[in-house]
Amino acid sequence: MQHAFKILVVDDEPDLEPLMLQRMRRHIRRGKYEFVFAHNGIEALQTLDADRSIDIVLSDINMPQMDGLTLLEQIPEVDPDVRSVIISAYGDMKNIRTAMNRGAFDFVTKPIDFEDLTVTIDRTLQHLTEWREALSSRDKLVALQNELDVASKIQQSILPTTFPRHDDYEISANMEPARNVGGDFFDVLRLDRGRVGLAVADVSDKGVPAALFMMSSRTLLKGAAIGTNNPGEVLQEVNELLDAENEAAMFVTVLYAVYDPETGSLTYANGGHNTPLLVHPDGSSDEFPLTGGIALGVAPDLEYEYDSVTVAPGDTVFLYTDGVTEAMNSEGEEFGMERLRDTFAAARPKSAEEANAAVFAAVSEFAGDTPQSDDITCMTFHRNEK
Amino acid sequence: MIKTERQGTVLIASTEDRIDGVNAREFQDALQGAISDDDSAVVLDLERLTYISSAGLRVILLVAKTLQRQDKNLAVCSLSGPVREVFEISGFDKIIQTHASQSEAVATLGG
Repeated sequence: MQHAFKILVVDDEPDLEPLMLQRMRRHIRRGKYEFVFAHNGIEALQTLDADRSIDIVLSDINMPQMDGLTLLEQIPEVDPDVRSVIISAYGDMKNIRTAMNRGAFDFVTKPIDFEDLTVTIDRTLQHLTEWREALSSRDKLVALQNELDVASKIQQSILPTTFPRHDDYEISANMEPARNVGGDFFDVLRLDRGRVGLAVADVSDKGVPAALFMMSSRTLLKGAAIGTNNPGEVLQEVNELLDAENEAAMFVTVLYAVYDPETGSLTYANGGHNTPLLVHPDGSSDEFPLTGGIALGVAPDLEYEYDSVTVAPGDTVFLYTDGVTEAMNSEGEEFGMERLRDTFAAARPKSAEEANAAVFAAVSEFAGDTPQSDDITCMTFHRNEK
Repeated sequence: MIKTERQGTVLIASTEDRIDGVNAREFQDALQGAISDDDSAVVLDLERLTYISSAGLRVILLVAKTLQRQDKNLAVCSLSGPVREVFEISGFDKIIQTHASQSEAVATLGG
């Protein structure tokens, strides 16, 4: 059952207390109201300060030591959540107006009509309840926003901002976060003998738990990548570790590739992620051969096959997340693979940065004013012409 | 968010439009709330779903894992083109039972 609303009655008239208790007895017995009493403003403030569960102050105006109008001014300093109702002499508009100006919620006149008083109290309580609900949902909203801010900071903090420089190749990568949703990240790993590891990933879910999952995915990937140059084994190891303690059923799709500048070959494995493109200098492009592979964290004991493509001088490798191909326009159409390939056909990118910028520009033009519903990540790897 | 019916002890839940990062939590609450202890299996009919993001896949995985612990199964059926593509790319079609039609799914799970 809901707890009783507590009402502090302030009046120097000693007869009011037994009268109030008698006339309100049914409400008291039913647990709707509970009354406490004070006999002047000072006593009222002391009671308010000691008992934070008081909802309403019902106060007379003329009292010794501290009158009701002064009390009204002081109440918010002691407890701003309390609502006040003033009892005034009939027709005393001057005091009533002063009381309302000083923040009284309502007033009743003497002699007290207890039916009218009940209506007034209930109206005040209803206002108070609604106000408290509004306050609590605002707090919840603020908490949620704070959590999303934290998550977004974690996400931003794990993205590399500088990329290895090499005579043979250049790398460019960008992530455009969606408002409040998404879990993309990418990484570039310097490996032994000039090799470089490229990772693009998308974590399911959002918020702080997802951001922490993203952090562990990235750390595990880094660790596994140092141990072996076989991308399939890297994904297998990360999957085992992510699946081990994953009650929330989060998962991450990852495309991981290792480029060897000595051979120009790019070896890759795919954990449930979008298939990359190999873009040639004439603007034509090929999708990487499929290797199968399930998102990481979904199930234990998964194996990941790997394959490789040869990146010729002038070629560009394009890794991305579904935020690119699933970007929507106002008609509800997706950007899609065909538009992506058309973009490269038109741009014929001569550098990693050019390729990256071309895709972001094309997606942005396509989407127009339609709000971005997912993170958009592009990583381009360009092998320089000799 | 979802419509449910039962055939024998198989719960059939259908959903439509989109499941993405914005409404995935709502979908999770609705689906988890609809499943009762007496249900022996769950079929998710996605015929009218036009889009699902990874956040939506996660909910399906979560529910499938919960059911698995009780030796119960979850299957999806009637995947539309874009939704099927997401299932295939993520490899979920290899983890979650998929069926061409609702009747096929119910026959497999209920039989």
